[in-house]
Amino acid sequence: MTDTPAVIEVENLSKRFVIRKDKSIKERIVNAALSRRHREDFWALRDIDLSIDAGTTVGLIGPNGSGKSTLLKAIGGIIQPTSGTVRRRGRLAALLELGAGFHPDLTGRDNVYLNAAILGLTRQQTDQHFDAIVDFSGIEKFIDTQVKFYSSGMYVRLAFAVAIHVDPDVLLVDEVLAVGDEPFQRKCLDRIKSFQREGRTIVLVTHALDQVVDICNRAVVLEHGRVIADGTAREATKVLRADFDDQTTTEMASAGRGVNARVLSVQPLTADGRPLLTPAPDEDLVLRVTVEADEPLENWVLGIGIDTPTGQPVFGTNTQLLGLPLERLQGRRDIDVRLSGLRLGEGQYHVRGALAEWDGETFALLPHAARLEVDGDGSAVGPVGVSGIAVAGIGRPAAAGIA
Amino acid sequence: MRNPEAVTRSARLLQEPWQTSAPSGGLFKGTGRSVREIVARRELLNLLVRRELKARYKDSSLGFLWSLLRPLSILLVYYVAIGKFLGAERSIPDFAIYIFTGLIAWQLFSEIVSSSTGSIVNNAGLVRKVYLPREIFPLSTVGGALFNFATQMVILLAAVVLLGRVPTGSRLLYLPLSVAVVLVFATAIGLALAATNVYLRDVQYLVEISLTILFWASPVVYSWRLVHDILGGTWMESLYLSNPVTLAVLGMQRAMWVAGTDEPFPEDLGTRLLVSLLVGAVLLWLCQRLFNRLEGNFAQEL
Repeated sequence: MTDTPAVIEVENLSKRFVIRKDKSIKERIVNAALSRRHREDFWALRDIDLSIDAGTTVGLIGPNGSGKSTLLKAIGGIIQPTSGTVRRRGRLAALLELGAGFHPDLTGRDNVYLNAAILGLTRQQTDQHFDAIVDFSGIEKFIDTQVKFYSSGMYVRLAFAVAIHVDPDVLLVDEVLAVGDEPFQRKCLDRIKSFQREGRTIVLVTHALDQVVDICNRAVVLEHGRVIADGTAREATKVLRADFDDQTTTEMASAGRGVNARVLSVQPLTADGRPLLTPAPDEDLVLRVTVEADEPLENWVLGIGIDTPTGQPVFGTNTQLLGLPLERLQGRRDIDVRLSGLRLGEGQYHVRGALAEWDGETFALLPHAARLEVDGDGSAVGPVGVSGIAVAGIGRPAAAGIA
Repeated sequence: MRNPEAVTRSARLLQEPWQTSAPSGGLFKGTGRSVREIVARRELLNLLVRRELKARYKDSSLGFLWSLLRPLSILLVYYVAIGKFLGAERSIPDFAIYIFTGLIAWQLFSEIVSSSTGSIVNNAGLVRKVYLPREIFPLSTVGGALFNFATQMVILLAAVVLLGRVPTGSRLLYLPLSVAVVLVFATAIGLALAATNVYLRDVQYLVEISLTILFWASPVVYSWRLVHDILGGTWMESLYLSNPVTLAVLGMQRAMWVAGTDEPFPEDLGTRLLVSLLVGAVLLWLCQRLFNRLEGNFAQEL
């Protein structure tokens, strides 16, 4: 195996934005003496160290305003660091926002040439790829129409088609894939996967955490301009989701509509009340939810759910969906929810519990109340289990399968 | 089990030199780097110029003709109002040729300066999203202006041929020299203004006003003889003549205005033009350095 070289190296990168509140000459002159007071420093990035090897697909994730896009722009050389260095090598293509550089008055054809030139392609190279680009974008019919008449989906299709045909070593993608329709998104993801096989590097900024788990082999979590986690996509999204859950819990607490109630625990049990960690297929699962209210609570709803470690809900229900009004709650109470015939796919799951108003908002949430581990023989993936798999027509008379 | 393409790619990447994304370098090194980058992207520059020209009159039915109608209408107005009504025509032979010659020189200058001032802001979408040598945007407006200049030159040539006053001989040397002076100064000023306009949007309005005033500081619609009669020999005349655009306008008239061959022209016009070309070259370099210093923060200021 050959060594994979690093293609992007970020050392000690910090970026400061100065927020000025006065923009015109008059204001600046009038406020010259007070100028300090009219400036505000904002650190978008703080001491970032990052090295990305060729062939990896890295997701930059984090809450809004955490500096993901700024970091991506610094990598792309669009903004210069306040301190620290960014080094990169290889041909870089940036797919940043809807067809930046598309001129609305020009036709799709002209814009393809223009955009390709912006991304560093020569005219002959564009000529060569032109048919492939149009074909990929799937808008042959409109290629000679002015771009201003395009829908936003058509925009992205064309922009993405150009970006992937410039043969980049490094592709920077900033939250654009979400705009195309599903078939196109799948096409893009397929293309990204073939990019990965070809050893190209992709840096992706996105809020779609499931997408990150799906395509990235590494993810970096940013918060307030700092890296708070850097690891496999699964680990990183877990950190971020836990972070989001904390935030939701604090927000709920601070929203403080005088509701003083909480979920204390959710315990997975067997039908006869023993603690359960690894439920067998079709085994009854009892979730014992312990709730507590300091003041009498009326019209409340209890919810439970099972999530994957990345936070994707697998199963969830609540007493309102079940049509079960609950009696007034005061003090502590245990409620058992029994699930029958549950068959989860192999892997780890989290159990959550929540309290809400009838027809209203959730006010208490316990996201990772307990863990479930489901064993399997590795013959299938995904959160849903089946009772048997049979394959027919593989050329042998007997069908392979698991009883 | 790695894809062979991936293997060759990483082997190639291993050989490639690192690029640091902070471009500003030393005074001279930085210029060299910028020039190399721009030359490398000349195809894009070409496309941007075309984009401007194509997009400008895209939806109008007369299209490209409009870029000719504008200077012709200005010519008509000046010819009637100043030439006929104010009687300037009597002291200036071939008044129409005279005005048009000065006018196209002035228009080249003012178009470059005013459109490159807004060029970075107008291309904010690109500047914020993709790394390109940013000088490309002001330079593309230079290209557009040159194209317009060329079409107006064709009209002028047609006119002198029709009137049978085709300039010949050494006087034609003034033409490239004057155009070069205009180009160098306008580009230099345009670069500096394009960059400062990002930080201070007032600049573009200031430019509009200054250009209107400066138009009258060059002998386009009045004759150099009048200026010379009034300011002759004073320091104000030297001041008047230190304006490179004035020199270029005079140079253009010297080249193309055959009927005015016997009219007075400033002494040593050629030398003055050469000197201002040199000064302009230095200014261009300084302005490029300024542009380079300021461009680092373009993306966040826009």
